[in-house]
Amino acid sequence: MKYYGTTVGKSEQRVDVVGKATGKVKYVGDYHVPGLLHAKLVTSTEAHAWIKSIDTTKAWEVPGVRAIVLGDAFPYHIGPILADRPPLAFKKVRYYGEPIAIIVADSEHQGKLAASLVEVEYEPLPVVNSVKQAFGPDAPIIHEDLGNYTKIISNVYPVPGTNIGSHIKIRKGDFATAWAACEETISATYSFNLSDHAAMETRSTSVEINPDGKVVVHSCTQSPYTIKKVLNQFFNIEVGDVVVHVPVVGGAFGGKGTVQLEPLAYLASKAVGGKMVKLQYEREEDMITAPCHIGVDMTIKLGATKEGEILAGQYTFLIDAGAYTDQAAGITRAMALDCTGPYHIPHVWCDSYCMYTNHPFATSFRGYGHPELTFGIERTMDKFAKQLKIDPVVLRLKNAIKPGHTSPTQSILTAHNIGDAAKCIERAKELIEWDQNKETLVDENIVRSKGISLFWKTSTTATNAQAGVVLTFEADGTLNLNCAAIELGQGTKTVLAQIVAEKLQMNINDIHVNMEVNTQYDPHQWRTVASSTTFLAGRAALLAAEDAIRQLKKTAAIALQCSEEDLEVGGSRVYIKSNPQHAIPFKDVSYGYKFPNGHAVGGQVVGVGTYIQKHLTPMDKETGFGDVGPWWSVGAQAIEVEWNKRDCTYKMLRAVTVLDGGTILNPRAAEQQMRGGMFLGLSWASTESFVFDESAITQNPNFRNYQMIRFGEQPTEYLVDFVETPAADGPYGARGIGEYGVIGAAAALGNSLSRAADVELDHLPLIPELIWQTKKESGR
Amino acid sequence: MIPFNFDYYKPSTAYEAVATYQMAADAGKEVLYYSGGTEFITFARTNQLKADVVIDLKSIPECTVLEQNGSECVIGSAVSLNELVTFNLFPLLGETVKRIADHTSRNKITIGGNVNSRLIYREGLLPFLLADAKVKIARKEKEEIVPLADLYKQEITLEPGSFVVQFIVDHAYTTLPFSTLKKTRMSQVGYPIVTVSALKKDQDIRFAFSGVCQYPFRSFEMEKILSDGTMPEQDRIEQALSKLPGPILHDSYASAGYREFVFKNTLADTLQMMEGNQ
Amino acid sequence: MIVSNATDKTVKKLLINGQSHDVVIRSADLLLDTLRSQLGLTGAKPGCGNGDCGACAVVVDGKPMHSCLSLTIEAVGKSITTIEGLQDSPIQKAFIENWAIQCGYCTPGFIMNCYALSETYPDADDETIEEWMQSNLCRCTGYQEIKEAVKTILQIKKDQRPAQ
Ligand SMILES: Cc1cc2nc3c(=O)[nH]c(=O)nc-3n(C[C@H](O)[C@H](O)[C@H](O)COP(=O)(O)OP(=O)(O)OC[C@H]3O[C@@H](n4cnc5c(N)ncnc54)[C@H](O)[C@@H]3O)c2cc1C
Ligand code: FES
Ligand code: FES
Repeated sequence: MKYYGTTVGKSEQRVDVVGKATGKVKYVGDYHVPGLLHAKLVTSTEAHAWIKSIDTTKAWEVPGVRAIVLGDAFPYHIGPILADRPPLAFKKVRYYGEPIAIIVADSEHQGKLAASLVEVEYEPLPVVNSVKQAFGPDAPIIHEDLGNYTKIISNVYPVPGTNIGSHIKIRKGDFATAWAACEETISATYSFNLSDHAAMETRSTSVEINPDGKVVVHSCTQSPYTIKKVLNQFFNIEVGDVVVHVPVVGGAFGGKGTVQLEPLAYLASKAVGGKMVKLQYEREEDMITAPCHIGVDMTIKLGATKEGEILAGQYTFLIDAGAYTDQAAGITRAMALDCTGPYHIPHVWCDSYCMYTNHPFATSFRGYGHPELTFGIERTMDKFAKQLKIDPVVLRLKNAIKPGHTSPTQSILTAHNIGDAAKCIERAKELIEWDQNKETLVDENIVRSKGISLFWKTSTTATNAQAGVVLTFEADGTLNLNCAAIELGQGTKTVLAQIVAEKLQMNINDIHVNMEVNTQYDPHQWRTVASSTTFLAGRAALLAAEDAIRQLKKTAAIALQCSEEDLEVGGSRVYIKSNPQHAIPFKDVSYGYKFPNGHAVGGQVVGVGTYIQKHLTPMDKETGFGDVGPWWSVGAQAIEVEWNKRDCTYKMLRAVTVLDGGTILNPRAAEQQMRGGMFLGLSWASTESFVFDESAITQNPNFRNYQMIRFGEQPTEYLVDFVETPAADGPYGARGIGEYGVIGAAAALGNSLSRAADVELDHLPLIPELIWQTKKESGR
Repeated sequence: MIPFNFDYYKPSTAYEAVATYQMAADAGKEVLYYSGGTEFITFARTNQLKADVVIDLKSIPECTVLEQNGSECVIGSAVSLNELVTFNLFPLLGETVKRIADHTSRNKITIGGNVNSRLIYREGLLPFLLADAKVKIARKEKEEIVPLADLYKQEITLEPGSFVVQFIVDHAYTTLPFSTLKKTRMSQVGYPIVTVSALKKDQDIRFAFSGVCQYPFRSFEMEKILSDGTMPEQDRIEQALSKLPGPILHDSYASAGYREFVFKNTLADTLQMMEGNQ
Repeated sequence: MIVSNATDKTVKKLLINGQSHDVVIRSADLLLDTLRSQLGLTGAKPGCGNGDCGACAVVVDGKPMHSCLSLTIEAVGKSITTIEGLQDSPIQKAFIENWAIQCGYCTPGFIMNCYALSETYPDADDETIEEWMQSNLCRCTGYQEIKEAVKTILQIKKDQRPAQ
């Protein structure tokens, strides 16, 4: 059932667009303060080497240089899951582009010049240049001290003496027996290299340390409270002494969720007596010095009956985390816990390995392992359908997951916590016109073909992830919405305003949304990641609105001389239910009520709401057993391509996404997210990848050589639709949707091109050269 | 942000430019001519080059001309790529440079900068190689007009201090049938895997290439084979390939094998267009 | 001959959004940095510093330019328009109404490029639109809404012209 409200379900214009359209909105790099010092990094030119010596003599000769910080200033390891990364390399470098020293100078150009004059002497070590090599028996060891690293969260299992940063297992049912009984089996391997988030705004921060000990951070981050935690945990600063300011963020895609710059800028500020120091990455640094997007090598085996009922699945993931585990350790877990895709598979065996290599290190990327996982799962489903001679959609429908089934971690799925997979694929099928011409010859060289994919994802937050919302009033009865959710472009703040306006039954334009986050006065929020904000902050917003209503009613009851139960709010007034004309405007009660004789009662209204995840548990080490997420969103995607037989080039025509997002709070904003997601997924799948030479040096750390889809190269049409199975727990029945548009895009593209070219395309990116190569190798 | 400092000069005559260069060079300074400046800026930003003195050529009127002068078409070296497209005095040149970089960059990149680039592509050279262009060079004390072919040895070879003032193309060449095709890895915008430009003079088709080998080139040997109507197209292409002046490039945009595949297709397309043009 | 030497900063005049401004520059300073750090015109954004993304686009003498690919000193004597000089224009309205804005970081660059396009070729066909707009990268939207916004503007421009 669709929920239609006053503002929920309507395409309210985003609250942030006027500032953005006029160029007036300020991102963190837009602030210029006189006296600001600039930090520039010296980064490694080797991918794996001992640091023999660092000579800073020439750098010190550059005018304006105020400090040079080396790794020995902080010879400890940090990390969100496993503390394995020194903020500044000491003794050893493990990837090309790794920070080695920080120059602090009066101006940026002086810092940059000095950085180029620091002389580092290396003793090169053999590099680990792929996950396969990393996993092999004779691989050079990247972290000699792996056994001594501190675990920051419980679900991480490094294997000392190897390059395995973590190993996550799923054991559900009796895989071996079930496998032996399968009439049909398939096994396939997929791989792709690391790539980048490439948010248009590069990462940037400034840090100052005030004489009173307060550390003031400005940053473009998805995780301000994690910055506090990191500075507290590893740098021994009282958590209350760290204040983090976050203005709007210029795109993040998961890449701004982890903490890398801020500790560096903190060390830089400390080295100059606490003065404010800005560290802004240039594009090249943002691509390889900062964390990037994982690479994967995966093998998937499925076993089924002749009729195509899947009984058993085995999944082996080698995740290229690069030099440090960072969030890749969490992704290793996320890929395991959703390893089957949205299919009911009773017997599951999964080994998910977070592998160290000498590549730039990886962190979360929109979809947290799921676009990558889905590429493997859905390519295998297509191949299996072919083998079984079943239509790919029919095979998917036959095995689609439903309430009553269990997830790989044995969570019980109910009508409330899982969307309707079958409905999604049926609708996607209609939109792409699946039944008409899955493959057409346009002329002798041009083939049109379609591909489809089904996907799911749960939101793997911390088990105690939470958010809070505070509503305050202005004297005119309008209200301010404060929440530590960060606006990254996803429209989160607009949706929160809608939720509050809906609950208060008031005009959304009378809600002033505070776009910036300040950790000192905003209530705590876990992070703005994992599509969890609409859910967590949305629930908090509802409760804050209810809290405000309670207070408004209390004062209004005095003013209107009735009981609170007689009252209702709407149109920025509190009115008597039985006689709506009899009302008092918010402005006369929100700061307390003043009687004609001057006496006042009530006091100002401050609506407070908080929400915390419930009933989530960590995973069992041996079996993976656990309740890992509050709900699973499911969706289907499809794409039609026009492929040229002669030169292997192609165009993307229609791209379809159907998502069960629960109640869609703002349709245009949701469509925007789906299109953007599809675009990101298709750009990644079709053209994006880092290229490493034999020394593991990244060959394309800039936009000239790291190519993305440009204007005009996107699909000619994006078709978006929603199935709206309300989520019982979500605000107005909504689920998170932020990441979902990206998840099935690569798989759908891979499927359509494999069909067109009549070869199995199992690697990314799907550039014409890959198709040509695959055809050549398969002799077609 | 360019890390180092330099002196910036903007002379208004070629003579002044050369004199300024000489003076600075004599004082032991690293001097660079600056035209659109895009390569200078991007290389300087990433510490790939340094200069003490930069001489901007854009205020020298001779370098900014773009005109039909009797039977000659005169193209100043500081003319931007987009101006070449808009005024279209030499359509083959216009069509070729239209695929270099992106539209906004083409407002800044100049033809002189492109043909003297440190990069291996220099796609703007191809039309000049095909049209037997002449080059006006500013040298110490004099300007000289020289055939491009005499200067071009995998790159335009100039003695230090001299620079390209103009390209001069016989008007007759600007009306000949031509084709120019650029193939990239994936996105439209990007360096070429191969660019093939062709011009038909009398019954002969001339070919020039970028992206195939380490430098742009025109090959008489290959032209002879490719224009030999007695052979089937496929054979001509195969044989022409064996006459490449160096190994086919193998880099992060394309493997040598794929480049060869694309090259063959592009040659076939070019042949079809040029021969269909009869 | 304009000269600016390496050791001293010099004062130059820039004509920006119709007003003349004094700036103190090194010859090595880039227009993008001068606009942002000396004049507070932070609408032009650094995205790549390499001419690849268009986030820094401004209009110079009627043409879109990557301000990261220009020395400040080259802009002396030219007329520069930045997003700040374009308040309440129909282009901004079209970007808003077509939902062409997400994180907004690419938006000023797209709008300036689109502004120059609509002033130069109000009749631009799809191919020309594509040629111009390919200079700008957007990582959030997927371009469809931006394309619709650009087309809306060109249509408005057409409708505004007196009938022939
Ligand atoms: C975004 C972008 C994309 C690009 N894509 C392509 C592409 O697809 N294909 C391609 O071929 N190139 C491409 N390039 C490279 C570009 O064409 C070259 O870098 C070119 O040199 C830039 O011209 P400019 O006028 O800006 O150069 P400048 O920086 O002014 O000069 C470049 C070099 O030429 C020298 N020089 C300049 N003028 C003269 C002269 N008159 N006489 C002698 N020497 C001179 C300079 O000293 C310098 O060494 C791209 C560049 C950019 C910025
Ligand atoms: S910052 Fe100028 S083009 Fe990217
Ligand atoms: S809106 Fe974010 S980059 Fe375009």
